[in-house]
Amino acid sequence: MTIPIPKILLNQRNEILQEWLHHQLSAQTRRADLISEAELRTDSERFLNLFSDAVQSGNLSDILSPEYKPVLEMLEDFSRSRGLQGFTPSETATFVFSFKQPLFSALRKSGEQDAAELVENMSVADLLLDKLGLYTTEVYQRSREEVIRRQQEEMLELSTPVVQLWDGILALPLIGTLDSTRTSVVMETLLQTIVDTHSELAIIDITGVPTVDTLVAQHLLKTVAAARLMGADCIISGIRPQIAQTMVHLQIDLSAVATKATMAEALRFALKRSGGATQRVLKNPFPKE
Amino acid sequence: MDRIPILKIGDFLLVTIQVDMHDRLASALQDDLTSKIVKVKAKGVLIDISSLDVVDSFIGRMLANTSTMARVLDAQTVVVGMQPAVAITLVELGLDLSGVHTALDVEKGMEMLRRHIDIPQLDGDASGQP
Repeated sequence: MTIPIPKILLNQRNEILQEWLHHQLSAQTRRADLISEAELRTDSERFLNLFSDAVQSGNLSDILSPEYKPVLEMLEDFSRSRGLQGFTPSETATFVFSFKQPLFSALRKSGEQDAAELVENMSVADLLLDKLGLYTTEVYQRSREEVIRRQQEEMLELSTPVVQLWDGILALPLIGTLDSTRTSVVMETLLQTIVDTHSELAIIDITGVPTVDTLVAQHLLKTVAAARLMGADCIISGIRPQIAQTMVHLQIDLSAVATKATMAEALRFALKRSGGATQRVLKNPFPKE
Repeated sequence: MDRIPILKIGDFLLVTIQVDMHDRLASALQDDLTSKIVKVKAKGVLIDISSLDVVDSFIGRMLANTSTMARVLDAQTVVVGMQPAVAITLVELGLDLSGVHTALDVEKGMEMLRRHIDIPQLDGDASGQP
């Protein structure tokens, strides 16, 4: 059986490219708002060139072989940039799939073969382009997952700041849901800061924690217990009325920890305990002459 | 056999644990400590574990027991300088050493002991919360 695809791609490169571009530009799925015609043309040309080069090797099935490496790299770049531009995965994959039509019509037009051979060739090309199209989806997904993972890491770091409020008083404003991963990060950061700053008091503010269930409470109590073992006491502040009610309904016992409604109250309490400067200076700012 | 030295500082005893604890060392320490408390009429004991990087439930229990023994002999115990990793381990093991007082370092522990000895509390609550 002769495989005319490499030859067709070489000989009719320009016709195929024209038809493909025409096809893409007139397609329903074209996103003129996201990508310009020139960009689309460059992408298409690059793909066609690399694909044509790869196909010349005669390998028309295994896209993981070294001949296809440039094609895959190009598709990776392509998929990643399309993902950033806001294309959906199917729109991204359509780029490759839409190449089938011009290729098939070129195959049909070449006319040197009988029907059985034509079908055979088409199915080979079909399978090959399917694989490449799916590959773009895969890369798309992977790049999205990377973004998600990076954001998660950033959030983890961003959401656990330990602030030194006063000499010997730390504040830990918690924001977001507390799960076991975050609790361990929070715990480690807090304990390390306690050691570093020699602080005897830590205010854990849970104003930004949306819900407190038994698990979150357990995590909080663990943190408090660990800080206590090191010789630092914790105050939990920022308990909203609803959360106080939930805690009582869930029979969460916070009697071992000092709790205050607001961070301000907690700070006042902490200053009083540590014997810090809590006296308000009632000096007349405008003294008489 | 190694022995853990017990230093006398004023009314207090200072024990610095720097080696891995095992059963015999622990019981030797408890022997020495209790007899020393009686001998010098110590009012407080500071156990410094700042150089311990690893603890297990055994050491946790040993600390709690030692503290209880000292209390029977009318001396308050403060465990000082626990490392963050150690604290996390103990909490994960479920040992919160609720009967043991803790402080960040020897200095703060000593301050704490002084406060307690000057102002004896009836209910034995040593956390110092008003």
